[in-house]
Amino acid sequence: MTTPTMTNEPWRWTIAETAEKLRAKEISAVELTQAHLDRIRAVDGAVHAFLRVTADEALAEAKAADERLARGQDLTPLTGIPLALKDVLVTEGITTTAGSRFLEHFVPPYSATVVKRLRAAGAISLGKLNMDEFAMGSSTENSAYGPTHNPWDLDRVPGGSSGGSAAAVAAGEAMGTLGSDTGGSIRQPAALTNTVGLKTTYGRVSRYGLIAFASSLDQIGPFTRTARDCALLLQHIAGYDPNDSTSADVSVPDYAAQLTGDIKGLKIGIPKEYFVEGTEPGVVKVVEEAIATLKTLGAEFIDISLPHTKYGLPAYYIIAPAEASANLARYDGVKYGLSLRAEAADLEDAYMRTRQAGFGPEVRRRIMLGTYALSSGYYDAYYKRAEQVRTLIRRDFDAAFAQCDVIISPTSPTVAFKLGARVDDPYAMYLSDLFTIPANLAGICGVSFQGGFSEGLPVGVQLLGKPFDEGTILRAADAFQRVTDYHTRWPNLAAAAKPKGATKAKKAGGKK
Amino acid sequence: MTATTKAPAETDYEIVIGLEVHTQLLTQSKMFCPCDAHYADDAPNSHVCMVCMGMPGVLPVINQRAVEYTIMTGLALHCEIPELSKFDRKNYFYPDLPKGYQISQYDLPFCRNGWLEIPVDGSVKRIGITRAHLEEDTGRLLHRTDPATGEAYSLVDLNRAGIPLLEIVSEPDMRSPEEARLYMQKLRSILVYLGVSSGRMEEGSLRCDANISVRPRGQKEFGTKTEIKNMNSFRSVQRALEYEAERQIQVLREGGRIVQETRGWVEAKGVTVSQRTKEEANDYRYFPEPDLPPVVLSRAWIDEIRAKMPELPDAKRARFMSEYGLSEYDATVLTDERAVADYFEATVRDVTKGDLASRAKSAANWITGDLARLLNAAGSDITQCKITPAGLAGLINALDSGTISGKQAKDILERAFASGDQPTEIIQREGIAQVSDAGTLEAVANQVIAANPKAVEDYRKGKAAAVQFLIGQVMRQTKGSAKPDVIQPILVRLLDALKE
Repeated sequence: MTTPTMTNEPWRWTIAETAEKLRAKEISAVELTQAHLDRIRAVDGAVHAFLRVTADEALAEAKAADERLARGQDLTPLTGIPLALKDVLVTEGITTTAGSRFLEHFVPPYSATVVKRLRAAGAISLGKLNMDEFAMGSSTENSAYGPTHNPWDLDRVPGGSSGGSAAAVAAGEAMGTLGSDTGGSIRQPAALTNTVGLKTTYGRVSRYGLIAFASSLDQIGPFTRTARDCALLLQHIAGYDPNDSTSADVSVPDYAAQLTGDIKGLKIGIPKEYFVEGTEPGVVKVVEEAIATLKTLGAEFIDISLPHTKYGLPAYYIIAPAEASANLARYDGVKYGLSLRAEAADLEDAYMRTRQAGFGPEVRRRIMLGTYALSSGYYDAYYKRAEQVRTLIRRDFDAAFAQCDVIISPTSPTVAFKLGARVDDPYAMYLSDLFTIPANLAGICGVSFQGGFSEGLPVGVQLLGKPFDEGTILRAADAFQRVTDYHTRWPNLAAAAKPKGATKAKKAGGKK
Repeated sequence: MTATTKAPAETDYEIVIGLEVHTQLLTQSKMFCPCDAHYADDAPNSHVCMVCMGMPGVLPVINQRAVEYTIMTGLALHCEIPELSKFDRKNYFYPDLPKGYQISQYDLPFCRNGWLEIPVDGSVKRIGITRAHLEEDTGRLLHRTDPATGEAYSLVDLNRAGIPLLEIVSEPDMRSPEEARLYMQKLRSILVYLGVSSGRMEEGSLRCDANISVRPRGQKEFGTKTEIKNMNSFRSVQRALEYEAERQIQVLREGGRIVQETRGWVEAKGVTVSQRTKEEANDYRYFPEPDLPPVVLSRAWIDEIRAKMPELPDAKRARFMSEYGLSEYDATVLTDERAVADYFEATVRDVTKGDLASRAKSAANWITGDLARLLNAAGSDITQCKITPAGLAGLINALDSGTISGKQAKDILERAFASGDQPTEIIQREGIAQVSDAGTLEAVANQVIAANPKAVEDYRKGKAAAVQFLIGQVMRQTKGSAKPDVIQPILVRLLDALKE
């Protein structure tokens, strides 16, 4: 599966090495961007990671980046690097749908803080990426615009909800992408697609301009192929934002500088509650091998307990839908987005018709769940209790981190499953996030990186870190990548790829 | 339903009223976004941004000044200010609510357990304040009918959406519609004093909803209440509650039951009408606002706010009585509005003649008398008055020094009020001065004596009133520019000379 890095295939390069080549003028940002647009044209018909490719804008940005590179001023490691954005991040003048029919024609009048920060760093946006509608799902099958396919097996899901963000990086359609993680929506798809996905500490990255699913859980984070690239992206999106009152005024360290390769004496906790029946043996095996590898690098392992883990999933499925039921109330057909009021009998009828037509079944299910949980007479039994569970889970982690520096586990209990396999079984789908949800409830950071393969499919290893200690989990992942080659392996998309010059990928070049 | 006489109702039944008052806060910007909060009559949707329009992805940021105003109000109302407070979401669908929820406060409001005092039957009555909390105002719907098709539709104006709104909830401590009105007036006075509210009920920046029930006198339990809305003046608060109390008593007397419901006051018809029953009431599904961290209110900040608070109406009234020797009536009238009180004190400072009490008395007389009458007739208030306190003081000084007569003073005040010229300018420019020249006055007095033999005769017979008549005639001849106390000795001297 390993392919040597070829100069005519710059989409195979890492961000770190590309930044060097751009500065050395071995390639221009325009050439680099064009190479990615070509790659998208070749493979995205099969993968469907993109909802919208903004080729013209990308090339214009690339031209500006080249000028910046020529001046040699204000350069960052992201200057000229082609990235792409989950369609839950609003982009001024560029249609942003959140994977929903409701926002099919919604052109935001402003850009998210992270989008502005990436632009300021000189990064290029190739377009908007597919996702489960309003980030609700674990397979990207809940997108109103059709599912994304896992580049490692096109019959399988890429995970979700940031499936497009994961698949684009895995297929070489972008050097890095941004996703959002509410209960595992970055880490689980990263695990299923052989990419690195980082869920940042709650408050580390501004949520301003992230279309909200569950405000107290949502966090934006990067997808890349290496831990080092992840650190480079994190560097430019992290930090306090006066427009987000929940963003933390905590200084941003030099993340790349922390990737020393040295993890001697790093204390890694193994939580017994994350190694239980129900996880595929192939997944357990990969995680055990990763533990062995990290041990050879000098990490120390201790057994720990996170006793309230099993209550995480039910608590999450109260809190997240409750917040979503309010966050999605603005989609009422009055101001923007879909509106069926013209054919409605009265105001209530207009609301009902619009929301029935605009939202898919999973979104409607969660709105109903959340509305029920907050209703008079049920609040104490559901929402309040779930918040109490959340406090217990937070304390579990506080206690664990008194004993160890990071916590290791599988990211997902299974490898990528077949498209359609769990569509009719929401509970089975919800179980995909069993190991990722607690980090969101506790607000801590977590990374999923490439641990190996099971039956030819990628397996992710999750490292959970203390609040605002992204540097340490990335250091461990980077140390692992220095002695393994799983992250350098590529899916074989040769059969799926269209030859150059073939018909344009259907979404390519589309804007608005 | 016809209104019956009030007397029997008041004897058999006790009225119980609690008020929920909303006031917009006078901040520069909106509650959770930087939009200019002064929208007044500006074009619809001209004071809006991503945040107050509820665009996808936006987040609120708390307006600290609004929190400060809320705490200041809480302190003025003797409330407890907790160390930890938070915002909550109140969920309901309506086109004037862009997010589909209102950011409000549920179980941890900024202010709790306070009170204010109102005058009742010559003493004071304390009305409990349950809580005061901060929230955001909604937009406005403009209902229209298409003239061509006759079809009704509504337009949404979001200029008002997101204006900071303070809700002050009283205990059910009021026992008459009059007490409710007095509470409302007192509360308004405090809010305006603090500078946190314009206090304009007619513009809707200050609004009042009432919960009202009646119960047979002596019964402990409250009766079933109704909620009354749409009361846009102090007068309508009292009228609406008088009507509603009467209606409820009538229903009970006829053996009926009160339905818990929301009723709207229809000013033109003088009635309340049912709007919504309890069964139709919303379940607001409150839960903590996850986009805003809890608010920690440091004691140091509370002390800072307390130190910034101006003197409040009750304290000012007491001081006006003790410091200026004003009557309770004058002190009450002058302190009802902070602007009037400030105007009064500025005027007193510039009046030169007499001791403080007499200076204060003359300033009070002019302000509560002639000036109030002019303002009233013009439908304006003291903040719009063109005569400055210094100008009014100048008028009083000219009068006190005998430069002008009382009649001239009133005339000058009216002209100054209308023109915007200060009274002293008018006096100087027109050379208006009282005729106090003895020679001129004597000539006029002689004419008057000659023309009124009957009065002269009466004077001779010892009728003192005759002198007053003759003084009046002299004043008429001099068009008021002569002062009676100057005319009198001259007249008396001339008349007595005739007698001899």
